[in-house]
Amino acid sequence: MRYLLHRLGHAFFLLIGVSILSFLFTTLAPGTYFDEMRLNPQIAPEMVAALRAQYGVDKPLPVRYASWLNSVFHGEMGFSFAYNSPVAPLLLVRARNTLLLTITTTLLAWAISLPLGVWSAERLGRLPDRFLSWGTAALMVIPDLALALGLLVFAVRSGWFPTGGMASVDFATLSPLNKLRDLALHMILPVTALVLSALPLLVRHVRAAVADVLNAPFLLAAVGHGIPRRTLLYRYALPAAANPLISLFGFSIGSLLSGSLLVEVVMSWPGLGPLLMEAILSRDLYVVVGGILFSTLFLVGGNLLADLLLFWADPRIRTESGAQ
Amino acid sequence: MASVLEIQDLHVSYRSRSGMLHPALAGVSFGLLPGEILGVLGESGSGKSTLAVSLVRLLPGNGNITRGAVHFEGKDLLQAKPEELEQIRGRRISLIFQEPSLALHPTMRSGEQVRQVLAAHSAPGKSALSERTRQVLAEVFPEDADRIARSYPHQLSGGQRQRVLIAQAIACGPSVVIADEPTASLDPATQMEILGVFRTLKERLGLAMIFITHNPALLSGFADRVLVLYGGRVAELGPAAKVLASPRHPYTKALFASIPAVFEESGSVPRKRLAVIPGDSPISCLPRRGCCFEPRCTERMEICREREPELVNLSASHTVSCIKYEN
Amino acid sequence: MQPLLKVENLVKRYARRGLGDAREEPAALDGVSFTIFPGTTLAVVGESGSGKSTLASCLACLESPTAGNIWYEGKDLVKCGERARRQARPQIQLIFQDPASSLNSRWSVFEILIEPLILQGKYTSEEMKQRANSLLERVGLAPDIVERPPTELSGGQRQRLAIARALALEPKLLILDEALSALDCSVQAQIANLLVELQSSLGMTYLFITHDLAMAAHLADQIAVMNRGRIVEQGPADHILRQPKHETTRRLLAAVPRIARAAFPAVEY
Repeated sequence: MRYLLHRLGHAFFLLIGVSILSFLFTTLAPGTYFDEMRLNPQIAPEMVAALRAQYGVDKPLPVRYASWLNSVFHGEMGFSFAYNSPVAPLLLVRARNTLLLTITTTLLAWAISLPLGVWSAERLGRLPDRFLSWGTAALMVIPDLALALGLLVFAVRSGWFPTGGMASVDFATLSPLNKLRDLALHMILPVTALVLSALPLLVRHVRAAVADVLNAPFLLAAVGHGIPRRTLLYRYALPAAANPLISLFGFSIGSLLSGSLLVEVVMSWPGLGPLLMEAILSRDLYVVVGGILFSTLFLVGGNLLADLLLFWADPRIRTESGAQ
Repeated sequence: MASVLEIQDLHVSYRSRSGMLHPALAGVSFGLLPGEILGVLGESGSGKSTLAVSLVRLLPGNGNITRGAVHFEGKDLLQAKPEELEQIRGRRISLIFQEPSLALHPTMRSGEQVRQVLAAHSAPGKSALSERTRQVLAEVFPEDADRIARSYPHQLSGGQRQRVLIAQAIACGPSVVIADEPTASLDPATQMEILGVFRTLKERLGLAMIFITHNPALLSGFADRVLVLYGGRVAELGPAAKVLASPRHPYTKALFASIPAVFEESGSVPRKRLAVIPGDSPISCLPRRGCCFEPRCTERMEICREREPELVNLSASHTVSCIKYEN
Repeated sequence: MQPLLKVENLVKRYARRGLGDAREEPAALDGVSFTIFPGTTLAVVGESGSGKSTLASCLACLESPTAGNIWYEGKDLVKCGERARRQARPQIQLIFQDPASSLNSRWSVFEILIEPLILQGKYTSEEMKQRANSLLERVGLAPDIVERPPTELSGGQRQRLAIARALALEPKLLILDEALSALDCSVQAQIANLLVELQSSLGMTYLFITHDLAMAAHLADQIAVMNRGRIVEQGPADHILRQPKHETTRRLLAAVPRIARAAFPAVEY
C-alpha cells in the first residue's frame, strides 16, 4: 500500500498548489467585492473602509493566504462576503444538491450505455448499429446549452414539469412522500439534459472497447469451447474490455462536481455551479477558492479511484508493479 | 474401421472486401480413424487453418463453406443447428488455437478458464466442478497443478500456456481434438515436451487427433498418418512412415529436400545451397485448368497444365494427387 | 585478419522497480565474450530466456550494457562518444523475427526502403529511386511490389524486404534475431539461400541468433551456445555438433526434431 500513500501525498501537494494558484489569480484579478459598494452612493465611504479593514482585504497576500489556511484547518474555509457566513457550510449544501443531480446522472448514463454499447458492438456495421451511431453523433453535436434550453421550453409549453429550481414553493408543507415526489419532478429535466449530453461519448467508448474484444482470438477460442453466448458477453468480453471503461468511469467520478454547471445555471438548480458563478462575478474571493478546491478534490479522487480500480481489476497491472 | 470424423469434398472460400471470392479449400476429403494422430502438413496459403476452423464451423464472417459434408457421430456438422454445434464444440470436438498467449483470456485465472469449459457442458454442483477442474489440470501438469490454476496467463511460460489450452480441450472428454500449430511459437525443447503430452493423452484417453503443422520433422515418430495440403487440396495422404521416408508427390519431395539436416552428409563441404522450391506459395489457389503445383514443379509435364490431377491409390492406404502416377 | 566484432565480458542487468523498491533480477547477460571475423557467420543458440535477444539489442546499440566492451573495427562502442557510435550504427543492422510488426503497415514498400536513405540525407530522390529498385532486385523481389503496403506481401517477401531495408545502409554486420523462425520451412530455405548468396557477393558478416540448431548447422561457421546469460560452449560448428561437451548443447541437440531419413535414426521423445 506504499503506492496508495504515495498517491495520497501527491494529491495533498496538488491541492495545496491549486489553492495557491487560485488564490493568486482571484486576488490578482482587478477589483474586490467592495468595489460595487463603493459605487453605491447610499453607502458611506467610511463604511466601505471599515468593512475592508474588518475583512482584511488590504493586508499583504501571504498573510491573507496564511489566515485562510488557518481557517481551512478549523473547518471554515474562509468567509463569504455576499452570504455573510463561513464558506464551508455554504459549499457543502450546494455540493450536496449538485451531487444529487450528478450521481443520479452517472448511474443512469452508465446503466444505459453499458448494455447499449454491448448490443451495438455485437451488431457492428449492421443497420441497428449504424442507426445508433447516427443518433449518438447527432446528440454529440447538439450543445449542452441547447439541450437544456430546449427541455426548459418543453417544460413551459407542456406544463408537465416545473421550470426550474429544486423545490416547489410549498415544499415545507408537504408530506415526506410528496416531498420525495416533488424532488423527483424537479430533477427529471436537469437529469435528462445531463444524461443526454453524457450518453453519446459513453456509448461510443463502450461499443469500441467491446467491439475490439469481440474480435480477439481468446473470444473465438471460447466460442470454440462451446461457451454459451451470455457467458461470453458478460464473463469474457466485458471484463476484458474493462480497462478503458474504468478510466472513463474515473473521469465520470472526477467531473461529479464540475460537469453540471451549465445545466444548473440554466435550470436554476441551487448547486455549486450557480454559486461559483455568482462568486466569480462579485469577487467573493473565498467562495471561489473553496469551490475550485472542492472540484479539484473530486477530480483527483476520481483519478485515484480509477487507478485503484484498474489495479484491482487487471492482474497484469498488479504484477507489473511488482506486488506479486 | 469406421472413421470417427469423415470429411467429404470440402470447399471453403473467403469473400474479400471488393466482393471477390478467394477459394481456400477446393475439395478436401479424408477420414479420421479413432485413436489415431493425423498430421496435416501445410504451409501458408495451403488452407490448413481454414480446415481447422471449418470443421467446427468457426469461420470468420467473410468465410463460406460452399460445398461438402463433415460427418461426425451420425450427423453432418455443416448442416447442424447452432444449438447443436454449441453442444459439440468443446465437448465432443475440441479446437486448440495457435498462439497460446492470444487464445487465453488475459484477466481470468487459468484454473477458472478450464472450469468455464466444464461449466458450459455439464451442470454438477460447485464442488464437483472444482474437483473435476483439478483432475483435468493434474493430467497436463503432473506437479504444481494448483499453482498453475491460480496463475494468470501472463505469469506462465509459453509451454505452460499451451498446456492450459490442452487442458481446456480435453476437459469434457472429447473424441476428437484438432490442434492448429500448437507448438509454433515454442522453442524446440518445449516443443518436444508438448508432443509428449499429446502422446500420453492419446494413449490414456483414446483421443483421435488432427495435428496441423508446417514443420514435417515434428510429425516423425509422432503422427500415425500424414496428409499433405497444398493450394487447398490434398496432395498426398498415407502412413507417416511411408510419406515421411519416401514421399511421392513432387511438392512433398521438394519440401523435405529444402530442410537442412543437423549433420551434413559430408564433413567440411563449403556451404551448399538448400534445394528450394522456386516461386512463392499461392495465397489462394484460383481455379485453373491445370495442377495447382505445376508452376513450381520440377517434374512437370505438358499435361499438367491442362487438367487437374485425380487422386491415385498407390496402395490401400497411400494416395497421391499427381498425374505422374495415373496409370 | 582483424576481427570485425569483439565482445568482452558483456553484462546486462535490468533493475526492476517494485512498489517503490528497486529489485535486482538475475543478469540477462552475465559476462559474454566472443569474436566474429569479417565474412563469417556466428550462430548463437540457446533456449528461451538464455539472453540471446538481449545480446542482439546490446550489439545493435539499442540498449546500453551494464558492463563490458564491444569492439567494432577496433573502436569500443560502449565507451566511445555518441558521435562515433552514430557512425558505427548504420553498419550494424538488425533483422527481427516478426516481419509483420517490424515493417510499418501504413507505408508502401518504396517508402520503407528509402526511409534509411532519407535519414542519412545524402541522396537525391532520383538516386533513392534507383537504389530502391536495385535493393529489391538484390533480394529477389519483383519491382512491381514497390507501391504495395507490406500487408499484401507473404511472410517470406516481408523478410526479404526487411533484409533489403537493412542493406540500404550498406552494413558490414547483420544481426538476425530469430529472423527465420516465423517462416514456413520452404521459405526458410529460400531466405537462407539469399543470406548465403549475399555473404559471398557482398562479404556480409552475420550474427545468427536462433533456437533452430539445424539451420544454425547449415549457415554457421562458428556456434556459441548460451544458457542463462553465459556462453557455455563455443567453437567451429562441426566440432560443437559432432562432439558436444556441455550438457546444454547435448540437450539442444537431442531436442532437434528430425525427419526419419534412412541414414539417421528417429529421435525418441
